[in-house]
Amino acid sequence: MNFKRTLTAALLLSAMGVSAAAAKTLVYCSEGSPEGFDPALYTSGTTFDASEHTVFDKLVLFKTGTTEVIPGLAESWEASADGLEYTFHLRKGVKFHSNDMFTPSRDFNADDVIFSFDRQRLDSNPYHTVSGGTWEYFNGMSMPDLIKDIVKVDDYTVKFVLSRPEAPMISDLAMAFASIQSAEYADAMLAAGTPEMLNQAPIGTGPYIFVAYQKDAVIRYKANPDYWRGKAAIDDLVFAITPDASVREQKLKAGECHVIPYPNPADIAALKADPAVKMMEQEGLNVGYLAYNTKVAPFDNAKVRKALNMAIDKKAIIDVVFQGSGAVAKNPIPPTMWSYNNAIVDDPYDPEASKAMLEAEGVKDLSMKIWAMPVQRPYNPNARRMAELMQADFAKVGVKVEIVSYEWGEYLERSKALDRDGAVLLGWTGDNGDPDNFLAVLLGCDSVGGSNRAQWCNKEFNDLIQKAKVVSDIGERTKLYEEAQVVFKREAPWATIAHSVVFMAMSPKVENYIVHPLGGHIFYGVDIAE
Amino acid sequence: MLKYLFSRLLTFLPTFFGVTLIAFSFIRLLPGDPIIVMAGERGVSPERYAELVKQFGFDRPLITQYGDYLWGVVHGNLGQSFVTKKPVWDEFFALFPATLELSLCAMIFAVALGLPAGVIAAVNRGKFFDRALMSTALVGYSMPIFWWALLLIIVVSGWLGLTPVSGRMSLMFYFDTPTGFMLIDSLLSGQKGAFWSAVHHLILPTIVLGTIPLAVIARQTRSAMLEVLSEDYIRTARAKGLAPARVNGVHALRNALIPVITVIGLSVGTLLAGAILTETIFSWPGIGKWMVDSIFRRDYPVVQGGLLLIAVMVMIVNLTVDVLYGYINPKIRKR
Repeated sequence: MNFKRTLTAALLLSAMGVSAAAAKTLVYCSEGSPEGFDPALYTSGTTFDASEHTVFDKLVLFKTGTTEVIPGLAESWEASADGLEYTFHLRKGVKFHSNDMFTPSRDFNADDVIFSFDRQRLDSNPYHTVSGGTWEYFNGMSMPDLIKDIVKVDDYTVKFVLSRPEAPMISDLAMAFASIQSAEYADAMLAAGTPEMLNQAPIGTGPYIFVAYQKDAVIRYKANPDYWRGKAAIDDLVFAITPDASVREQKLKAGECHVIPYPNPADIAALKADPAVKMMEQEGLNVGYLAYNTKVAPFDNAKVRKALNMAIDKKAIIDVVFQGSGAVAKNPIPPTMWSYNNAIVDDPYDPEASKAMLEAEGVKDLSMKIWAMPVQRPYNPNARRMAELMQADFAKVGVKVEIVSYEWGEYLERSKALDRDGAVLLGWTGDNGDPDNFLAVLLGCDSVGGSNRAQWCNKEFNDLIQKAKVVSDIGERTKLYEEAQVVFKREAPWATIAHSVVFMAMSPKVENYIVHPLGGHIFYGVDIAE
Repeated sequence: MLKYLFSRLLTFLPTFFGVTLIAFSFIRLLPGDPIIVMAGERGVSPERYAELVKQFGFDRPLITQYGDYLWGVVHGNLGQSFVTKKPVWDEFFALFPATLELSLCAMIFAVALGLPAGVIAAVNRGKFFDRALMSTALVGYSMPIFWWALLLIIVVSGWLGLTPVSGRMSLMFYFDTPTGFMLIDSLLSGQKGAFWSAVHHLILPTIVLGTIPLAVIARQTRSAMLEVLSEDYIRTARAKGLAPARVNGVHALRNALIPVITVIGLSVGTLLAGAILTETIFSWPGIGKWMVDSIFRRDYPVVQGGLLLIAVMVMIVNLTVDVLYGYINPKIRKR
C-alpha cells in the first residue's frame, strides 16, 4: 500500500515537473496599474496593455508593428457607395473564455458586437451606467454622432449605419473602446447582480485568459488554448507592476523580468551597451510642438512664425531634453504614419536668417510668452527645459521670452482661449493610426478654441483634410494629406519639435517582440527561448 | 483606566469631523478640474463636460456635496473612485495590509535597533561608540529615501544578489491572500519557500522605511537617557551596588521611555509619508502610492476617503500611545 502511494506520488510529481518545465512564462514589468479591465471605460495605455491587447479582440485589428488595419473578429467588410453603411462579416467558431462564474454556451456572434457598442451609445442599455461608465474614447471619437444604428443582419453579419461618410471609421473600430465583450457573460452577471465583473474579471476572445489581479502588484494570464489565430507561444503571462524605471532596469538585469518598457532616457546608452540586454526602438506615434496663437499679432503673420521656427535649434533640444530618445519632427504627423510627406524640407536652424526675416517684417523688440507643460509626456519629457532652450534660442534673434506654466488641468483649459497670450508647448499621441486623428483634431477649423491650440483656420488646409475624411480610397487620401502637410509647412502654425523614440529593453531570450507604433505592448506572437 | 480611555475616545469625534472637512476641502482647493485632467490632451466638448459634471454631482452646491459625503461616511460608504470605478473602501482594504505589514516591520526594525543604540550611546557618552552611533543616525536621518533605496537595490540586489529587487513575493508562488499580510498568507498557503520569499522581499523596504525612525528613536533615547541618568535616584541605585545593566536597563530606561514612545507614535505619520516613496520604488502595493496617484488624478472620492481612513489609523495609534503612557506612568492615568 505504502509502496503504491509512494509510486503514485512520484509519478504525479514527475508529471508536474515535466509540465512545469514545458510551460513558458514571460514576466513583463509594467510601468503602472490598470485602472480596470474593460478597455471601453478607460483611456490609458497601461490599462489597454492589460486588457485590450491580452484578453480582447476587435472586429478589426492593427497589424502588430504597423498602423495597417487587418481583419479581426470580422473576416471581411464592405462600405456602401455613399460611405454611410459598413457591413461586417463575422468570423465563425470563435470561443469566449470562461472563468469561475461563467462558461459560454455559444460561440461569438453578432449579438456580442451589438452589445459591445450599444452599452456605450444607448442610455437604455442596462450596462450604460455600470462602473460609472463615461465611455470617454467612444465619446471622444464622436461615435455617438457618427453611429446612427447598428443592425444585426443575421447571426454573423452586422451593419453599421453612419450619419455621415467617415473614412477613418475602420481604424476607429480597431481602437480599444471597440473591444468585443460577451453579451452572454454580461447577461449572466446582470442576473447575478454583479455587472461590475465585466470590468473586474474580464471575458473576451483574445489570446490570453485573465487569471487574477492583485492590485498594484501582479496580473496573471494564461494562454487561450482555443484562440482563433492559434495558441500563444507563452503559456503564462505575468505583469509585475513596477512603477520606478530604475527598479525595472535592475529587475531586468537580475532576471526578475523578461521585458521592460520606458527605460530612463539617461540609462539608454548603458542598456544598449549591455550584452545581457536586448534593446528595441521605434519612433512613437506622437508629435511634440510649439503652437503659436495665430489670432494674435505678430503671430498672425506666417513669415514671423516661420522666422521664429528658424531660430529654434531642434537638434539641441533632442540632445538635451530627450537625451537622444527623440527624433526631430518636420511634419505634424509622425513618420510611422501612412501619408507622411517625406519630401518636405524642414526649416533650417539659421538665427541670422531668422533675425533678418523678423526685421523685414517690421518685428522689433518682440516679447512673448512660452507656456511650459507641468507634466511629462513621451512627446515632451521636460517642457520646462525645452522652454528654457527656446528662450535662449529666441534671445539670439532679439526675442524676449517669459516662461509660464499652470497646473495641468488649468493649462489644458487656458491654452484653448482664442486670445491666449503666448505660444504653447503641447503634443499629441495618435489613437488610431489615421492622419485625420492628427490633422483634423489638432489643426482643423472645427477644433479652433479647442484642441487646435494654434487657433489656426486655413481654408486651403481645411478643405484638403475635410475631403480626405470622406474619400475611402487610401491612395487618394494619401495624396490629399501629403498636400495638406505642404500647406502646413508653408503657413507654420506650429514649430514642430520632436517625435519621441519608444525604447523597450528585454532579455536576449525574448523572441519576436515587435515595438508597436500605436504604443501598446503586445505579447501575442512573442516567444521565449528555452 | 476605563474613564481615561473614554475621555480620550470623546476627543476622537471633533477630530474625526474636522478631518472629513479638511479632506473634503483640501482636494477641492487644489487647482485643476478632475474632468479636464481625466480627458487630458484629448479634451472634452462643452456638452459632454456638462453631462459629466452632472454625473459626478459637481453641479450641486458644495455644502450639499459635503453633506452627502458626510452622510456616506457615517453609513460606511466612502464613494467610488472616479478612475477605477471601484468602492474606495474596497480599494483601501485591498492595499492597506501591505502598508501596515511594511510599516510594522519598519517600526520593529527601528525600535529593535534604535533603543539599544540610544542606550549604548548615552551610557558611553562622549566616547567613540556615542560619536559613531550618533553620526550614523544623523546620516540615516538626512538620507533621501529614494536615493537610499536605489543604492541598496543596486548593491544588495544587483551586485550581491542577496535580496529580490522589488515586489512582495516571488512570482513563482501563487496563492490566495485572505488576510492581505504576505507573511501570514504565505504560511497559510502551505507552499514551501513562500514564507521565506515574503521575508526576503521585506528586508530592503523595511530597512529603507525604518531608517529615519531608527535615527530619530536612537537620538531621542540617547537624550532622554542622559537626562534620567543624571537623576538622584540613579545615583542612589548605583550607590546601592546594583548591576550597571539593571540600573540602565530597568531604572533609567523605563523612565526615559515616555518621550521615546511619543516619538514612536509620531513616527507613524512619518512612516506613512515615507511609505509613498518606499512603496513606489519597491513596487509595494500599498496605500501610499495609491493616494499620490489619486491626488494627481484629482480622484476626489479616493483622496477624501483615503485621507480620512489614514487619519483614523493615526488617531488609533495616538490613542494607543496615550494608553501606553498610562501603563508606563501611573501618574498620567490617575490625573
